[in-house]
Amino acid sequence: MTDAALCIEDVALKFGEREILKGVNLEVPEGAVVALAGRNGAGKTTLLRVASRVLRPSSGRISIRGAPIEGFSRRDLAKELAVVPQDTPVSFPFRVIEVVLMGRSPHLGVLGFESRADVALAREVMERVGIEEFADRSILDLSGGERQLVLIARALTQEPRVLLLDEPTAHLDLAHRVAVLDLVRDFARDGRSALVISHDLALSARASDRLALLAEGRVLDCGRPADVLTPVNLMTAFGIRADVIQAPDGSPLVIPRSAASDAMS
Amino acid sequence: MKILTPMRALWSLSVLGAVLLGALTLGLTAGPSGLGLGEILSVLADRDASGPAADIVLRVRLPRVLLGALVGACLAVSGVLFQAMLRNPLADPYVLGVSGGAALGGILVLSLGSAIGLGYAAVPPAAFAGCLITTAVLYAIAGANARVSTTSLLLTGVVFNAFASAAIVFLASMAGLTEGASIFLWLIGSLSSIRTEVTGWVAIFLVLGLGATFPLARGLNLSALGGESAEQLGVDIDRQRRVVLIASSLMVGAAVSVAGMIGFVGLIIPHLLRLILGPDHRLLIPASAFGGAAFLVICDAVARTILDGRELPVGAITALAGGPLFLWLLRRYHQRVFS
Repeated sequence: MTDAALCIEDVALKFGEREILKGVNLEVPEGAVVALAGRNGAGKTTLLRVASRVLRPSSGRISIRGAPIEGFSRRDLAKELAVVPQDTPVSFPFRVIEVVLMGRSPHLGVLGFESRADVALAREVMERVGIEEFADRSILDLSGGERQLVLIARALTQEPRVLLLDEPTAHLDLAHRVAVLDLVRDFARDGRSALVISHDLALSARASDRLALLAEGRVLDCGRPADVLTPVNLMTAFGIRADVIQAPDGSPLVIPRSAASDAMS
Repeated sequence: MKILTPMRALWSLSVLGAVLLGALTLGLTAGPSGLGLGEILSVLADRDASGPAADIVLRVRLPRVLLGALVGACLAVSGVLFQAMLRNPLADPYVLGVSGGAALGGILVLSLGSAIGLGYAAVPPAAFAGCLITTAVLYAIAGANARVSTTSLLLTGVVFNAFASAAIVFLASMAGLTEGASIFLWLIGSLSSIRTEVTGWVAIFLVLGLGATFPLARGLNLSALGGESAEQLGVDIDRQRRVVLIASSLMVGAAVSVAGMIGFVGLIIPHLLRLILGPDHRLLIPASAFGGAAFLVICDAVARTILDGRELPVGAITALAGGPLFLWLLRRYHQRVFS
């Protein structure tokens, strides 16, 4: 066991007979952004759910700075770790400011109301995320992309030490994708850390210190994005032939050629 | 940008308290005997009051108004809780068939209980048990992450209500309870043949239900954005579900065992208050208690006076108001949430 911000050791998970995770090992060091990529169904979201203790692994251990997550109360865990889901069901017309303030819940008493400092923090975060102009709009009236930004603001307002993001840029335009990944980078300063699932390999390679490729329930490779994004790894993880070239700043750019099956035939 | 503060919550509850006070006054003054507010107040102020006016106020109207307020509060608060738990603004103990389950439990004891020595006192626990079973079944159907199963939930409610009504009529006929108003009371809900000895029980069930669920209010807010999300924000979602299930069943069981299946209070009041005060359960839960109490007392006053010399069951008034609202809500929320 290490003192990494988040350490996932030999984690396996079965749903019935189906093995989703088959012994995943992954470390998110303090102050680092780690990107997690892999084909659909590889187990990325499941891994995030296990790491946030929504699912219990069949075997293996997860720890935060050396302490097993089972030892945390739900509230204490929420102070350490925040999750940005892909999307969220919404059933009641909460206003955006109210949703963002929900991030303060782990820090408040059972019957407590948010203080002025909490409201000021929520406003400051909303400004940083660029959603301050729809603070009073109902979350029901937002587009998928706007809603995703609100969920990011809620997680930042939670002030965790580790941020887990499940495709936070899936519904966003290019400008917002860059802005969100910049936010994640900023978050990782001061010794905090982030684990980001993303299908956008070029952007995640740029925004992350490490990149892990998940394939068939295992970490295929993990390291500097330029070392991990190789044609061989891409073939194994995604089943595609691809060229990897270097962008002017040195980060890798993946250019897919065709699906492997097409190439074989 | 208004945020809910203790001051704002207190202010809103004070206004609703005043509305409830107005409704109670209306409930005490409404009736065929022509008693004025002054006479009623003097009866209430005089500990040794006697005579026809005192009989009407203290024996007939006051118990009925108080019980009506308690029943209304129970139904409205359990409506809020069902809506929060199932994350569905259309949920209501009557629409979901939970009241039907409670009524069935109650009528089972009334019709068959005497054979094993159970009296009227066993009706509230039986109604509670009926509620608990129905709610658990509903929850199993909706699933832990209920969201799109609105149609299944509503259909289950419709079918279960039809089943419960038929079973109630069958059991009541078997036991010879079809005479008089009792069967009417169970099927549509009425405050006309109330048993005053159970008022204390209903009050206790309401206080227990409110006391158990008010501390969960913020957790219920978080659950509006998904159970998993709430868990990741520190909510013990399984415990929350258990407490809400038991508390709402207690309150519906209490309400149904004294007033039968009064429908739609749990739909009308939370919806109206959500429009005015917003969806925050820290305010919505206590506000619904006041609002539901006031609403049912007013509806009962209307039921007693709208037909000259005759009385309507209060459930008919709430259904007349709630039916169209339900259809409107169904259309609106299908467009916004469940599409």
